[in-house]
Amino acid sequence: MTELTLVQAINRGLHQAMKEDEDVIVLGEDVGVNGGVFRATEGLYKEFGGDRVIDTPLSETGIVGTAIGMALYGLKPVAEIQFLDFIYPAFDQIVSELAKFRYRSGGQYPCHVVIRSPYGGGIKGGLYHSQSTEAFFCHTPGLKVVIPSTPADAKGLLLSAIHDDDPVMFLEPKRIYRSVTGEVPEGDHRVPFGHARLVREGSDVSLFAYGAMIPLAETAAEALAQDGISAEVIDLRTLVPLDEAAIVASVERTGRAVIVHEAVRTAGFGAEIAAVLSEKAFYSLKAPIARVTGYDTPFPYALEHLYLPTAETIAHAARSTVRAG
Amino acid sequence: MRPRAPLVADSQAAPIDPSFPASASELTSDQQLAAYRTMVLARVIDERCLMLQRQGRIGFYVPMQGQEAAQVGAALALQPDDWIFPAYRELGVALVRGVPLRALLDQFLGNARDVLKGRQMPNHYGYREHNFVVASSPIGTQISQAVGAAMAARRRGDRIVTMAFFGDGATSSNDFHAGLNFAGVFRTATIFFCQNNQWAISLPRERQTRSRTLAEKAAAYGMPGVLVDGNDLGAVHRAVAAARRRGLAGDGPTLIEASVYRFGPHSTSDDPHRYRADAEVAEAKQRDPVHRLKTALIGAGVWDEARDQALWSETRSEFARTLESAEGTPPLPPSSFLDDVFSVPTPRLEEERARFDAEVREGVVKP
Repeated sequence: MTELTLVQAINRGLHQAMKEDEDVIVLGEDVGVNGGVFRATEGLYKEFGGDRVIDTPLSETGIVGTAIGMALYGLKPVAEIQFLDFIYPAFDQIVSELAKFRYRSGGQYPCHVVIRSPYGGGIKGGLYHSQSTEAFFCHTPGLKVVIPSTPADAKGLLLSAIHDDDPVMFLEPKRIYRSVTGEVPEGDHRVPFGHARLVREGSDVSLFAYGAMIPLAETAAEALAQDGISAEVIDLRTLVPLDEAAIVASVERTGRAVIVHEAVRTAGFGAEIAAVLSEKAFYSLKAPIARVTGYDTPFPYALEHLYLPTAETIAHAARSTVRAG
Repeated sequence: MRPRAPLVADSQAAPIDPSFPASASELTSDQQLAAYRTMVLARVIDERCLMLQRQGRIGFYVPMQGQEAAQVGAALALQPDDWIFPAYRELGVALVRGVPLRALLDQFLGNARDVLKGRQMPNHYGYREHNFVVASSPIGTQISQAVGAAMAARRRGDRIVTMAFFGDGATSSNDFHAGLNFAGVFRTATIFFCQNNQWAISLPRERQTRSRTLAEKAAAYGMPGVLVDGNDLGAVHRAVAAARRRGLAGDGPTLIEASVYRFGPHSTSDDPHRYRADAEVAEAKQRDPVHRLKTALIGAGVWDEARDQALWSETRSEFARTLESAEGTPPLPPSSFLDDVFSVPTPRLEEERARFDAEVREGVVKP
């Protein structure tokens, strides 16, 4: 075990995968000589060379398109899109091609590409370095969508992603790249998909979150405990596949649900969780489900601290939910 | 109606970039005869499938008449291990690759024998065993994928080329630029084969780009561009064979523009009378590549009218027999549309399958 930041853990995961499997290729903008703008690929170029750590021209569709071709041929490409906000030129390749290759070929052409991309706000990134658009990808059958919130999960989920047989969108909460540290197992540490993490047990209300919202939910739970409210915190870890069983079981224990994400509220992933709860845990609910989310606006620059959920807004929603019934 | 587009009149590969090797292998008489049979088969499939669509027996069809020589000549210059990244109009390429007529008809019908399991519209096929990657409808996306596959092949030490097929419309797409740019930067063994059939649905070639030729766009990506008469089987074959040798020698990618003419509609959903003059089509049909090759073979003394009539007749019979058998094939199992989303279904998909099966059992859904 080593104490690492989240971004260091991702780097260790990439290093581990490349060391063990020569088919693993990293490609993207500034990932080679420069080691990535967030340093996630630092040292890989020096160790594995320019044939495996490929600095590409500035074209997201080119990055994902070539990664797809590599994967069809049998390699295991890990493509970096420098910010999730810049992924749209590659959207056609991801949604129309990557996600559908296995299906449209009747299973002849699996297409296993991992796309890593930093996402989310809280870094003064403004409109184009802050967005949380995970719902786009959850809405596309054929893609797995993975979001770690701890260094150990970052490495373990990334290694599972690289060894998976399906395309994986691996979204990295850049706000906590360095602010969160934790023990990370050495070697081929893998965290399976589809298993939510019980961060903190509680009996009065369930807080469902992922990515950079997890530390805020934990702080909120601490504050709620001061008020005598026992909050459970569940880290979803993978949105596709979703651990519905854990979500339903939690609400069966607590009877109340607060869903937290920094993405836009309308058609955000929280709506899916709320729908699952209304379908499968309706009779366990003592109060209306609450959502704490970003607003239905483009992402603001100067006032981002007012746009994003905080421990206070999460705790406030939880208190209201507990008071409601 | 606009004036007729100028077509390449000579039958030689014309290198836009003088560094491109002009001379290459020639097809033997036997190879040309085999190519001719394939071109006739393609023409028969095309004519018959347009009718099948009109009769409501298949749902859709993308014809390729007028592009037989370009497709067959190009595919003949490749080896079976080379990877093809087709668009949805590459019938002639598929036939050269050895995809059986029966497999194609199964795909057009979307029946239980369709290798693609009825997932795609007709013509959007792919066959892994033939290194013929499955096509999609978005334009140009296969171009950058072909580049990635070439990078992977090089990494594996495989001496192959990858070849992307696309039309004149695709030269305006994102992935044409991205793919050719990446191929130039990484010097991949990729052949970009553009069949300029003069029309992207209703848009004529000269409205697609102000560029004098499509081939000259290669210069911007640091690769040779070649303009070839796509109605000339031998010229297309020579150009592709030379591009393949360049790729294998480590000299990088090549862009080939094969000038052809789309005789039919873009697809069965399109009426070309709305946007082009019958006279233009009639004029283009005077350069019919199938007829041209037939004339050349007869002139060379290796073919005659009697054999030709027999070939057309046998080919039409073969089509009719194969169609009858394919139409007698059962439909796909109802819940098969839920397969192959992931390697292993997610719990959500399992739940949806259970609900679907229950609704079928209860008669709510009637397959």
